[in-house]
Amino acid sequence: MAEAQAETAEKKERPILPFLHLPDQAGEKAYLQGSKCKQCGTAYLGPRMACSRCLSTEPMEEIRLSDRGELHVFSIVHQSAPGIPVPYIAAIVDLPEGVSVRCNIEGVEPDPKNLKFGMPVEMFTEKVHTDREGNDIIAFKFRPANSGKK
Amino acid sequence: MRDVAIVGVGMIKFGRYPEKAVQELAGQAALLALKDAGMTMKDIEIFVSGNLYQSNAMIGQRILKEIGQTGIPVINVANACATGSTAFRTAYMAVSSGQYDVALAVGSEQMGKMGLLGAGGGGGGGVSPEGIVGSGLMPAVFGQAGVEHMRKYGTTFEQFAKVAAKNHKHSVHNPYSQYQVDMSLEDVMNARVVAWPNTLYMCCPTGDGAAAAILVSAEKAKQYTTTPIKVAASVLTSDPWSERDLTLPDVNTLTRNAAKLAYEQAGLGPEDLNLVELHDCFATAELLHYENLGLCGEGEAGKLIDSGDTYVGGRIPVAPSGGLLSKGHPLGATGVANICEVAWHLRGQAGDRQVEGAKVGLAHVIGLGSACTIHILQK
Repeated sequence: MAEAQAETAEKKERPILPFLHLPDQAGEKAYLQGSKCKQCGTAYLGPRMACSRCLSTEPMEEIRLSDRGELHVFSIVHQSAPGIPVPYIAAIVDLPEGVSVRCNIEGVEPDPKNLKFGMPVEMFTEKVHTDREGNDIIAFKFRPANSGKK
Repeated sequence: MRDVAIVGVGMIKFGRYPEKAVQELAGQAALLALKDAGMTMKDIEIFVSGNLYQSNAMIGQRILKEIGQTGIPVINVANACATGSTAFRTAYMAVSSGQYDVALAVGSEQMGKMGLLGAGGGGGGGVSPEGIVGSGLMPAVFGQAGVEHMRKYGTTFEQFAKVAAKNHKHSVHNPYSQYQVDMSLEDVMNARVVAWPNTLYMCCPTGDGAAAAILVSAEKAKQYTTTPIKVAASVLTSDPWSERDLTLPDVNTLTRNAAKLAYEQAGLGPEDLNLVELHDCFATAELLHYENLGLCGEGEAGKLIDSGDTYVGGRIPVAPSGGLLSKGHPLGATGVANICEVAWHLRGQAGDRQVEGAKVGLAHVIGLGSACTIHILQK
């Protein structure tokens, strides 16, 4: 019992993908981590060993990506793997740093007529799962800009 | 580099064969190709096996245990959906380099009712990001690629649906096709959506299948056949850096690069092609590749399908076999099956789906991640 309590006490929030940076302290906001090539300026989601565009191996600059972007394209998935609720909007969002992000769009009915190319969207995070050790799995999602309740 | 010719091809009808092992399916196709070339396994100097899900289990050697073990070198190839065509190209390189005179390439796969591909793991805590952080499912990825074409050029859902109606119509005449069901445009458009804008009949099925081809040096070809098919170009590319490639796989740039190289190698252009078998894994994909392969100008793919020119009997028939949409897409088999189809047309052996007078054909395959092959075959 004592062990179980100790585990519970250490329960943490963990990001669903490694490039989602969760706040270290209360009051901070989660953000997507990127990296930027010091030679050609190309930006990437997450870290890179080298620039796949200009081939520079100079260590990249770590950057904090914006939480606002524009909807580039989408699909609406009506049939997915077992256990995954459908339908959902699977989108590609462009961020101002020149990085694109694969994500779900929420806060709008999944119908093509509700989605406009280039529409502004904003990132939010929420708990989507509890893992085997009891940690909260936090995911990032996007929704139409200024529609947020959180 | 020396010229290479195809002297034997064979495939089994794509479908579902739960009672058979995949090496039996592959063995059947290999024996058909050997018979077609008038050869036995004694003549084969090198064997390249394309199979995605069994490539880590010595599938090539297991195939030889079915049809003849002569101790020749075997190469097991995996390259996503381009697995079969990469096996064919590897056999081509073995002969064109002068190392071997006679090579056998076999593509095979047994998928059963595998369901949707691409919903892999990779998330923290063993939680898959699929459906939470967008989608890596193939229908969604190719849906997005189609939506990008809509965004750029105003292409419509109906134009994408027309691709499927065409390919299903073609399939009726192909006895090797997994499905041979003529379907109206309305049937296609009214089917349930799998991932917008692709409905059920705009997605290729999963299934089992195998196909084989025998390649020899051009100077030896006449020993085996009076109708050798020249491999005028063989190209393999991967995806170069492009703006959104990491999140929205760029299926266009590497196809364009491959097409440019292939046309240069063959000394031919898109205007010289009499038929094309391209990678229509989804109806949206076929329209993108019209432009990528230079069959029409930028942004004109919608017009091309509207014109009817890509039907058999039209200016440039695409997917006379029924394409992946009807014929099926057992991953490792697909790339070799496309070669078989083009070869049959060039020999005048394609039955009721024959493209009359075909002299030059192109086979294109793309595997996501990405790999693209283009082969141009010539009579």
